Amino acid sequence: MAAELTATRAAGHGASVTLNHLEKSYDRVAAVAGVSLDIHSGEFLTLLGPSGSGKTTTLMMIAGFEMPTGGDIAIDGKSVVAVPPYRRNIGMVFQNYALFPHLTVADNIGFPLRQRGVAKVERARQVGQALELVHLPGHGGRYPRQLSGGQQQRVALARAIVFKPRLLLMDEPLGALDKQLRENMQLEMRRLHADLGITFIYVTHDQEEALTMSDRIAVMNEGLVAQIGRPEDLYDRPISRFVAAFIGESNFLPAVVCGIEDDVVVAECEGAIIRALAQSPPARGKKVVLTTRPERIRFADGAWNSTVPQNRLTVTVTEAVFAGERCRYMLQAGQGIAIVLKEPSSASIRRRAVGERAEIAWSVADTILV
Amino acid sequence: MSKAATVRCSARSVSAPLVLAAPPLLFMLAFYAVPVLSMLLRSVSDPVWTLSHYASLTGDTVFLKVFCNTLYTSLIVTLGTLVLGYPVALSLVRAPRWAPFILVLILLPFWTSVLVRSYAWMVLMGRHGIINEALLVIGIVNQPLRILNTPLATQIAMIHILLPYMALPITNALRQIDPSLTRASSGLGATPWATFRQITLPLSLPGVAAGTLMVFVLGLGFYITPAMVGGPREITLSMLIAQQVDQLNWAYAATLSAVLLASALAIIAAFYRLPGVSNAFRMSAR
Amino acid sequence: MIVVRLLPAMVVGLILLFLVLPILVVMVVSFSSETYLTFPPPAFGLRWYNAYFASDDWLQSTWLSLRVAAAVVVLATFFGTLAAIGIPRLPSALRILASALILSPLIVPVIIVAIGIYYSFARYGLVGSPTGLILAHTCLAIPFVVTSVGANLAGIDPRLEQAALSLGATPSGTFLQITLPLIRPGILVGALFAFITSFDELVVALFISGSGAVTLPRRMWDDLLFQIEPTIAAVSTLTIVLTAALMGCAQLLRKRAPT
Repeated sequence: MAAELTATRAAGHGASVTLNHLEKSYDRVAAVAGVSLDIHSGEFLTLLGPSGSGKTTTLMMIAGFEMPTGGDIAIDGKSVVAVPPYRRNIGMVFQNYALFPHLTVADNIGFPLRQRGVAKVERARQVGQALELVHLPGHGGRYPRQLSGGQQQRVALARAIVFKPRLLLMDEPLGALDKQLRENMQLEMRRLHADLGITFIYVTHDQEEALTMSDRIAVMNEGLVAQIGRPEDLYDRPISRFVAAFIGESNFLPAVVCGIEDDVVVAECEGAIIRALAQSPPARGKKVVLTTRPERIRFADGAWNSTVPQNRLTVTVTEAVFAGERCRYMLQAGQGIAIVLKEPSSASIRRRAVGERAEIAWSVADTILV
Repeated sequence: MSKAATVRCSARSVSAPLVLAAPPLLFMLAFYAVPVLSMLLRSVSDPVWTLSHYASLTGDTVFLKVFCNTLYTSLIVTLGTLVLGYPVALSLVRAPRWAPFILVLILLPFWTSVLVRSYAWMVLMGRHGIINEALLVIGIVNQPLRILNTPLATQIAMIHILLPYMALPITNALRQIDPSLTRASSGLGATPWATFRQITLPLSLPGVAAGTLMVFVLGLGFYITPAMVGGPREITLSMLIAQQVDQLNWAYAATLSAVLLASALAIIAAFYRLPGVSNAFRMSAR
Repeated sequence: MIVVRLLPAMVVGLILLFLVLPILVVMVVSFSSETYLTFPPPAFGLRWYNAYFASDDWLQSTWLSLRVAAAVVVLATFFGTLAAIGIPRLPSALRILASALILSPLIVPVIIVAIGIYYSFARYGLVGSPTGLILAHTCLAIPFVVTSVGANLAGIDPRLEQAALSLGATPSGTFLQITLPLIRPGILVGALFAFITSFDELVVALFISGSGAVTLPRRMWDDLLFQIEPTIAAVSTLTIVLTAALMGCAQLLRKRAPT
């Protein structure tokens, strides 16, 4: 039923996008300060970052609604900077859907087909297909104001893909939906991406959403790409404090370098020796920050032994919170270093009390120097 | 990206709106702005480049008397519309069930032409008009009062005509006050009057300022109403200007016009800066 | 006690009465059958309405005012809509100047506008002709169209335009298919205000209608100077009804604007 729309997958027809030192300044304030990205054909790439990071501005430049003040954008190898938005043939889903209020759902979805001169009968057929694809059959005669937020969202999606674009841009499309609906729509979008096989560029500030949906994530901050990679790479191997703090939750341990062993840094933190993985080994005596994830730390007193190299610390429990599927502890090491530890709330694991002293341990491979 | 492409794009983004905006602007320039400005120019160019027309205003008793009268009338009218207009605005907001009805009663005269409304007051205030008839019947007076052709007549008629211009901005300002503020005030122990005085009234001041501004400025320029119901002895600046044009004293008329315009602009400039006034002003422009 | 509680309502009631009384009085007087202005009229009749419909002068003036107003509607709506769309997109310095020019008739005292226009039009033979009236009234009416369309336009989500462009509509296609339908209510309300502005306009007409283009308000004014005959009351009543009907439509249109 959606065979034609999904036929693009078979032919591997997603567009590739290359951003080359892309810049956008407003009155000498740089919203985008030099972004270079290679987006592969057919991939689901997310631009992730806090507000003001330049992610939406970058998307708008790809779409053609903002003029870059420097750099270039190439789609399938050809520069598109001089091409107006209505000739770029890119699908776009806006944050608040931007459905035309005076047109029916069918007319909204048929709008791009009309601009391309598709005949009435054929238009109706393709609109029907698109409605099936987003699970809204028969809604063609309604007006946008008669639909719920989730339904409007799906109409916006249908409208953006009905003309078979090879690139789909999405600007925080799920922001206005409640949590449950948002999670369902995330899966829907994943499925749609798999079915259509075209390139998706998705903008969001929600790191969980990015981790769930993307093939690769480009984390942006202050107009630049801080790191780009697969979700697991960004999560396990953040290369900067910003990325480590923005994605998931992180503990930061200030330490002083005392030695290098192969590609492992040995540092001293509050009297304890901590080992961490480092990209490029720093000089001895240098002050560094080591990071590790709360759920990768375990209480080590008792039977937890490991065959892989570990780090250990002595701590005092300052807070204990039961949060449903997990217990979350605030710990204090030494003279005031706060560490968060998360562990599953199983009945077989003893809950710690506030004020208790304990030993914690985590593997060296989970410790990164940022 | 080439510089040429950037320049082309920014030029493109200016030319489209210019193509749209140019015809109306040129039209208004040709048939309105240039005529008015060239007339005003007579005040300094007649018969040669000179400021003497303005200088002589300081000793011109007729002008000074008329100008003061115009300012005074505008002031009285502004106060009158404020005193009458605020309760009406309040009622629109406090009694939503009656609001459509009240709105019609405000808007109906608002939509009627100034000429018709001024004529209506001539009928009302004449020697045999309804006011005199009512006073006679009640027995307050023994013979008809002379209401028409007095400054009072002008003030009453102008208050009537300008009342909506005060009531509507105040209504808008009142409508924008978050209802939970008055509830909070009540819950914290303030009486209705105290809530009004300390919460509602201060928050409605931008609307009051906008209304005051509009009424005063419009009042300065009134011509038809004072001409129809005011006496021949108390004339406004607009009437003086019209008289001078009838006598072909263009330079003098232009000078007076410049003074009138400058007064209006000065007051607008002074008031417009106040917070919230420009918003309230914009929303109430017909 | 009941009196105290009802006091605010009574005060407001009196003020509202003050607002509406003159209009009502004019309408009642128009049905009087006597020549002098008394209230209440001793007897009722349609004498003055007959006088109006039987008078060539009155009917000619009415017809002229209607024709001029119709032309003004077309011109002012056209120019005003262009201005409302184009001016906000100009670079900021130009935009401020253009807005000031377009909206200034709302602020400049009308006597100044009237004598300024008279000053120029006299030189070009535009006094005493419908053409002059049309040109002058259009300038007075344009600001109303601009504010009405402008308010409508400002309420439209800018992303609708971007969406249309992204879907392949050219800028002019976007304007025709998306923008224009959405500002239709604003245009219609502006057109109604333009009509009323021209139809009721007196001060400018006083100077430039001369003897060849006597509009309805001008004739009413002239009549008033010489005799206070209730024919004017009849004419006034008719214009009140016309204005109320048109403005009522405008209110309804405003409420129905889709967002």
